[in-house]
Amino acid sequence: MRMLAAVLATAIILPAIAPAVAFAGPLEDRQAIMKGNGRDTKLGGDMLKGVTPFDAAVANKILANYVAAAKAFPGRFPAGSNGGDTEASPAIWSKPAEWRAATTKFQTDTIAAAATKVSTQPEFGKAFGMVTANCKSCHEGFRIKKD
Amino acid sequence: MRRLLGGLAGLILLGAVAGFIVTAPQRLPDADVAQGPGDAARGARIFWAGGCASCHAAKGAKGNDRLKLGGGAVLKTAFGDFQPPNISPGGDGLANWTLADFDNAMRRGVSPDGRHYYPAFPYTSYARMTPADIADLFAYLGSLPAVAGKPAAGAMAFPYNIRRGIGLWKRVYLDAAPVVALPAKASAPLRAGQYLVEGPGHCSECHSPRTPYGGVDKARWLAGAADPEGKGKIPNITPGKLRWSAAEIADYLKTGFTPDYDSVGGTMVEVQANMAQLSDADRAAIAAYLKAVPAVK
Repeated sequence: MRMLAAVLATAIILPAIAPAVAFAGPLEDRQAIMKGNGRDTKLGGDMLKGVTPFDAAVANKILANYVAAAKAFPGRFPAGSNGGDTEASPAIWSKPAEWRAATTKFQTDTIAAAATKVSTQPEFGKAFGMVTANCKSCHEGFRIKKD
Repeated sequence: MRRLLGGLAGLILLGAVAGFIVTAPQRLPDADVAQGPGDAARGARIFWAGGCASCHAAKGAKGNDRLKLGGGAVLKTAFGDFQPPNISPGGDGLANWTLADFDNAMRRGVSPDGRHYYPAFPYTSYARMTPADIADLFAYLGSLPAVAGKPAAGAMAFPYNIRRGIGLWKRVYLDAAPVVALPAKASAPLRAGQYLVEGPGHCSECHSPRTPYGGVDKARWLAGAADPEGKGKIPNITPGKLRWSAAEIADYLKTGFTPDYDSVGGTMVEVQANMAQLSDADRAAIAAYLKAVPAVK
């Protein structure tokens, strides 16, 4: 059963990182990366809440996915990609230094979190918290909700 | 002709006198003013529920810096720029304020020197608070670090720069009565949630649309609105749109994550940080109320 859960989890995770290497267009790419982050975060959050059993392999895979996402993400906001159906705030382009600082912090934190190679649920909780604190701080200034 | 002019002048004078009376700041009756001393420990809960730090602490302040209330970032709106003042207990803040001054500011929007405050300071919601909570909050604010400096006042556009006009506005929009009529058998947590949301939490100040005169549209209570700072949308949080369970709402307020693990964003980040300081019981009460308000599509 545990095996099955792990296999299932991996099956869910794999497509989640795939978008980081797909090139549909910057808007689609970054939305796919964020979708992947959301899926991974739900997976991790459910393990931390005890909704699903803790699995160290899955936990480390999630943290590795975050590293990939944080690396791929900043490159998906080229000049001129602020139009269309996007929740990206104009601040991304008008405050480049702040944006760079936020995305760099996301990369630094994800790398540090993944490097801890978690083996227990509390360890994962700590690493997970380190990464996910970036969600709020970045969405505070760089995302605008449309609905 | 002369008589007509005289009559006209009389009418104008009468109008001016009436206008002066109608727009005069209304202080609380003495019998209703909060009585001290309040309890600072209890006031901490009201402080977080009221979100004071979001406007009065420096922008982006984290941790203990959120308790330094020297006046925060300017709130830019269509009516003008609002500068939150220093409300720390220092000489540039509330050092010389009495509890009665504070209560009149909170529940009547009147300054110690008898001027109207602009409703960017959400006294329209704070008016629903109990005098005891006002006293506790005042005691708590007095326990925080003094911060030096008075931020320069914001610039208002005409005609909003005429403060006296707010007197008229208050006659229409300042109402301490509860907004949602809860059933007689409403549970204690549900009533507690109503108090937190409609009173100190002042959720409707952003989550309800406003009339062209800038008052909250109670017919579309909490049904979402344009962001007052001009970008994006503040969501509808009535059951007509928000499908989360009460437990999911409470969890969002605690963790900042939606049920599908999207994260809190925009100005709600500060609000959620405040809500995270409340007890599970308070967050559950807020959630219970949000599930009970009239559904608006």
